[in-house]
Amino acid sequence: MSTNQLFLYTLHLADNALIIGQRNSEWTGHGPILEQDIAITNIALDHLGQARNFYQYAATLYNDFSEADKQAVDKYLPRIWKTFNRELQEDDLAFLRDEHQYLNLLITELPKGDWGFSVLRQFFFSAFQFYHYQKLQQSSDVQLAAIAEKSIKETAYHLRWSGEWVIRLGDGTGVSAQRIKKALEGLWMFTGEMFVATAYEEINVASLKDAWLQKVQAVFGEALLELPKNAWAQSGGKEGKHTEHLGFLLAEMQYLQRTYPNAIW
Amino acid sequence: MAVQNFEQIFQQKIDDDIRIEPKDWMPEKYRQTLIRQISQHAHSEIVGMLPEGSWISRAPSLKRKQILVAKVQDEAGHGLYLYSAAETLGISRDEMIEQLHSGKAKYSSIFNYPTITWADMGAIGWLVDGAAIMNQVPLCRASYGPYSRAMIRVCKEESFHQRQGFEALLVLSKGTAEQKAMVQDAIDRWWWPSIMMFGPHDAESSNSESSMKWKIKRFSNDELRQRFVDMIAEQVKLLGMTLPDPDLKWNEDTKHYDFGKINWEEFWNVVSGNGPCNKQRLDTRKKAWEEGVWVREAAAAHAEKRKQRVVVKEGIAA
Repeated sequence: MSTNQLFLYTLHLADNALIIGQRNSEWTGHGPILEQDIAITNIALDHLGQARNFYQYAATLYNDFSEADKQAVDKYLPRIWKTFNRELQEDDLAFLRDEHQYLNLLITELPKGDWGFSVLRQFFFSAFQFYHYQKLQQSSDVQLAAIAEKSIKETAYHLRWSGEWVIRLGDGTGVSAQRIKKALEGLWMFTGEMFVATAYEEINVASLKDAWLQKVQAVFGEALLELPKNAWAQSGGKEGKHTEHLGFLLAEMQYLQRTYPNAIW
Repeated sequence: MAVQNFEQIFQQKIDDDIRIEPKDWMPEKYRQTLIRQISQHAHSEIVGMLPEGSWISRAPSLKRKQILVAKVQDEAGHGLYLYSAAETLGISRDEMIEQLHSGKAKYSSIFNYPTITWADMGAIGWLVDGAAIMNQVPLCRASYGPYSRAMIRVCKEESFHQRQGFEALLVLSKGTAEQKAMVQDAIDRWWWPSIMMFGPHDAESSNSESSMKWKIKRFSNDELRQRFVDMIAEQVKLLGMTLPDPDLKWNEDTKHYDFGKINWEEFWNVVSGNGPCNKQRLDTRKKAWEEGVWVREAAAAHAEKRKQRVVVKEGIAA
């Protein structure tokens, strides 16, 4: 993998973690059960921590780049940052890039919806992230391997927690079964993108699909849910083509950094 | 034994600094006072998540976002310990939440003020959590065992919150002109509500006397308030900011800071529902609770089904 591809791959991993963390943190203070408010906030915190590790690494990579490599990824760098005349930092990447420079999966940016939507999204994403990190632990890049190794313990917990909730809601009451089915209808077409390869990914993501599907089927069996027949997948997030939702998320998240450029917080 | 003897034994334990535990005999008024105070504190933690929680999505850096999320999560944890401590007195968490939603139970009035700028996150940590710690550290020695133990955990985390709040303001106070103005404005808005957190003057405090006798409370409202003013009047200098009180000055004779008159009319209005955010906060809590009904019902139904399945399996095995 070329160094500039590694940079984009690291950004993609960081963006996934940040955006889903941002979404889950919207539950903080508003959860249906106090213990679960704490649990989903914990997951948001884990993702924020992962995002920081990846962004810091991406910034280091960039700052050490040759001029040619810097040119190669130039369109992914925030325009305002270029006026600061200083090295790239994690917050520049998180708070100053525009929608089309973000490389996260579409599924992470969808609004949080109801509890069923959020836990099912988390389950789909965590299952993917788990198998992804499992492979990434063997990465030829030592730093990515180390972050994956550290993060996978958290992801294993997210996967168990969200899987248990999918089962609880699917098997719970008539109302909860209806709600989780509705969430499934809304989410399913955003799962395919996880396995669509891009040029910058070191891991062959298409190869993760079987393990992912097996995990989903195992949980769906207990949750009394059926896999949808619809095979059409939305994609584009990994290349910077997003849903309408990301712009609003970024406008809110980035407002202070954009209002007071280069201030220290 | 006559009730009077029970009362004597109870008061003797209190006087000897022996903790009262859930199964011990206690006067009904002691139990009620504790339920009121502990549930009010738990509710304050839960409602207190909202004014800060509204800045999570807008926190200005990844580090600040992480700290803020962790802090708000700590408050949920405090609510949890405190609800559990209150439950040992014979009231359920659902009943307490019902009392919050109906307005029967109160929560700290400070959370009825709005958080308008990012500097409010620092000011809440420094002033609001600072005032809370002043009140809460003595509660680590409160006579009721489960309460005092819960408070030890709460206080450890609160003192961290206060330090991080001050540190956040310190960074802003060295920043741009806009950031400095943000800090002064936040202090101006949070100062008076913070010193009101200690409650009415001792002479007007209705619950104080018995709480002191039972060692639920160990210092009076005015004593704690004075300590807080003395501490903050010094710390504010490190920020290069001022407190919005022209009467604040060091008194050589008393070795304390004198301070101006508190606007008790505002205090009682906010307590009784006329604060800027009373309705908003309570509506938000009720909405979260109502939208969670189906989730709680599903969790209960699933748990029941699992239990039934285990019974059936065991039946087959037998």
